[in-house]
Amino acid sequence: MVAAMATRVATKTTSPEHIDYLLRLGDSSLVLGQRLAEWTGHGPVLEEDIAMANIALDFIGQARLLLTHAGNLEGKGRNEDALAYFRDARAFRNVTLCELPNSGIAKGHGQSADYAFTVVRNLLFCAWQTQLWAALAQSADAELAAIAAKSAKETAYHLRHASDWTIRFGDGTPASHERAQAALDQLMPYTNELFATDAVEEVVAAAGIGVRGAELHAGWKSLVQAILDESALKMPVASAFQSTGKSGIHSEHMDYLLIEMQSVARQHPGAQW
Amino acid sequence: MSEKEWPLWEVFIRSKQGLDHRHAGSLHAVDAKQAVQMARDVYTRRMEGVSIWVVPSDAITASDPDDKAELFDPMADKVYRHPTFYKLPKEVEHM
Repeated sequence: MVAAMATRVATKTTSPEHIDYLLRLGDSSLVLGQRLAEWTGHGPVLEEDIAMANIALDFIGQARLLLTHAGNLEGKGRNEDALAYFRDARAFRNVTLCELPNSGIAKGHGQSADYAFTVVRNLLFCAWQTQLWAALAQSADAELAAIAAKSAKETAYHLRHASDWTIRFGDGTPASHERAQAALDQLMPYTNELFATDAVEEVVAAAGIGVRGAELHAGWKSLVQAILDESALKMPVASAFQSTGKSGIHSEHMDYLLIEMQSVARQHPGAQW
Repeated sequence: MSEKEWPLWEVFIRSKQGLDHRHAGSLHAVDAKQAVQMARDVYTRRMEGVSIWVVPSDAITASDPDDKAELFDPMADKVYRHPTFYKLPKEVEHM
């Protein structure tokens, strides 16, 4: 049944932009899932450790669906594992925001992780995903529309979790407020990429498959602003910085992340367990 | 771990089939709202429930384990308190 569907879809002409767009969404979920999974066993408290592991698994679940779909449309026999574990950084299409280390960007690789940075990143990304899934539920790509509808429920919870902690940190002690504001100041420039419409998005939007990043900005901003107001955090001044992860040009953090994520699959290709 | 422990909460979960909330375990959380959220993540991640109650652990008054003998042992030889000595009329099908 799945194989038959894959053949049927692959015989239709699928634009390279369509596949690229699916990889952007799938890779962003995968890479953020990997980052959040780094907290497993290192969470601030046991309960939160489990919560973050659940969220990480949700992201990896989204990635599985999106990458499987992209692989089917591509029709070159690449499944989710081939796409996740056997591409190099240049072929990944995730937004740069997702690959930034949990320690924050001011500190280098391998430095101690900062929960405020993790939580604020989740807030910014999940607020974007909230807008994204709502738009994609109407996608002309029926499979993508189904994935969007399924993921929307997960994202609603992720957003609630991130909002809750952002408010607790922002409106908490002077120390927690300072760290949450510092995280927000570091992260906000990387959100520009989410809303920078490029040629790929123009093509998929015209085909009714995807959505232009710019169209999601107003909804995202009011969602984030409401949480920041409740958190006593200040929206940073807009910056012109543009990261380029969705075109495959990543930050220096990406290779470290992939080395860790891909090492087992590459040492034991095709292993089953 | 933080220097000051967060308060302890008892978690009760109602499963899809069940009518009653059953004690699932306990967890630490700052307040009731967070306790519900954490209970969702800790105790319902394998589809265990459709409803959550949390109660501050210190709001529960428990019987003293040392009183077990006087409280519960006297019931051991009073089988006649179980309603098993009646003949049920046929018309009462399920009970």
